[in-house]
Amino acid sequence: MNRLSWFNVTSLTLGFAFLYLPMVILVIYSFNESKLVTVWAGFSTKWYGELIRNEAFLDAAWVTIKVAVLSSTFATVLGTMAAYVLVRGGRFLGRTLFSGMIYAPLVMPEVITGLSLLLLFIGIGLDRGVLTIVLAHTTFSMCYVSVVVSSRLMTFDRSLEEAALDLGCSSFDAFRLVTLPIIAPAVISGWLLAFTLSLDDLVIASFTAGPSATTLPIKIFSAVRLGVSPEINALSTIMIGIVTVGVISASLISKRNSLRQQRDEQAAARTA
Amino acid sequence: MQRFALIAIPYAWLLALFLVPFVIVFKISLSDIALSIPPYTPTLGDGVGPFFSALDFENFAFLASDDLYWKAYASSLRIAAVSTVLTLLVGYHDAYAMARAPQEWRPTLMMLVILPFWTSFLIRVYAWMGILSQEGFLNQFLLWTGLIGEPLTILNTTTAVYIGIVYTYVPFMILPIFAALDRLDGSLIEAAEDLGCSRLQAFWLVTIPLSKNGIIAGSFLVFIPALGEFVIPSLLGGSGTLMIGKVLWEEFFNNRDWPVASAVAVILLLILIIPIILFQRNQQRQAEEEA
Repeated sequence: MNRLSWFNVTSLTLGFAFLYLPMVILVIYSFNESKLVTVWAGFSTKWYGELIRNEAFLDAAWVTIKVAVLSSTFATVLGTMAAYVLVRGGRFLGRTLFSGMIYAPLVMPEVITGLSLLLLFIGIGLDRGVLTIVLAHTTFSMCYVSVVVSSRLMTFDRSLEEAALDLGCSSFDAFRLVTLPIIAPAVISGWLLAFTLSLDDLVIASFTAGPSATTLPIKIFSAVRLGVSPEINALSTIMIGIVTVGVISASLISKRNSLRQQRDEQAAARTA
Repeated sequence: MQRFALIAIPYAWLLALFLVPFVIVFKISLSDIALSIPPYTPTLGDGVGPFFSALDFENFAFLASDDLYWKAYASSLRIAAVSTVLTLLVGYHDAYAMARAPQEWRPTLMMLVILPFWTSFLIRVYAWMGILSQEGFLNQFLLWTGLIGEPLTILNTTTAVYIGIVYTYVPFMILPIFAALDRLDGSLIEAAEDLGCSRLQAFWLVTIPLSKNGIIAGSFLVFIPALGEFVIPSLLGGSGTLMIGKVLWEEFFNNRDWPVASAVAVILLLILIIPIILFQRNQQRQAEEEA
């Protein structure tokens, strides 16, 4: 059953080629000497040099990182709270509305979310800038965080918490000392997800950003509307590189941790 | 007390920044355009009485009377539906091959499917601009192989939009289908074959029905966001491709007609409610089946 037939090998090769070739081509052409992105004229890193000297891009990158760090941190706190309420909160007034508001933003078209938040900010007279983008990003990414965290909370053995409570912990201490360390991997991946979503977002940021704060995706979008440019290729390559290194190291760390946990459990089983 | 705060904080946040904004969109869709800031009347500043009495369905009547909007909704629905089917074909293929791969490969294959999802959506769409253009990579390759005599026009057509949607959304299709196929008991297929099914029959009669939940979940995960898509039609579709997300954007940023933009959003939302409810039901049923 587990032998790979030629059919499946071809499927896998074609499938992954489709997923990865466009990005590989983009990376290769970012090292192209020529201004014409489709004609290869020799290896060069000059577009990376141009990029570093481009202050508009650097400013936008700084705004983007600031927004992403702030919004993902708020989203992680709020999203973890929301997950806890959903899984452990029991019944309370308006629970259906609450869970609806957690799941709806996941499937809401970004143009609608962006438009509605902008109309809110203008209605209450809030100046558009870093603050409004952070508020907007926190709102949609907290929902992603709460989905990730609540799936971990659901598979979690409640008797551990109950034991802590029986042994005299306050419910907050039980959360801090028992629940949080166990759900920590889910909380961290929630933060990473929120961070990436914020870095990546164009549509909602376009609606909620003011002239004082432009994020990198807004800058990239207005540049690529005019066509393909080698500078954007260089910028994309840097971003793809960061993500690849980040995801691979995260998965190696989690693999090492789960191996260690397995060993600990086996050792515990032997002593028991 | 602690419990109250725990519930109240995220609840209040979502009410203020998710639900209230929708009420505002709904309200503004019933307002009139004005040459001021904000560009609609009446505003809450006019008092509560005029705020509600001056509302009418003019903007919706305008949407109904203008061909552009009908066509945009219809073409969004068509593009979303066709690309969902295309994504299903590509995604099922990949998920099936992944589920047949040796056990020790599967985590790596899963990671390879998820990895593009962490890379910027905008960059992944942009990558296709360089591939699909007249003098782009694909045309150069096809000319070199001699399959075509002159470059094809793909960029700025609906075909490019289909390619863009399939490319960016295929991981959403692969993951739920893979999850369903991964759990599938191989002995069921062997049993079907022993009982006289051909391999193709076994696939149709056993594999497909048992991965039904994954197929449904994946299709909604592609169809719903594709319907309101903005980035893909505006970068790959050119001016000829009409999609409602793009119309809303232009109505808002170029024409600065906020009431009409809001009315466009309200109707898009009404269209989406049906698939969203169906999707939630499917997820619930699946969770119950597993429990």
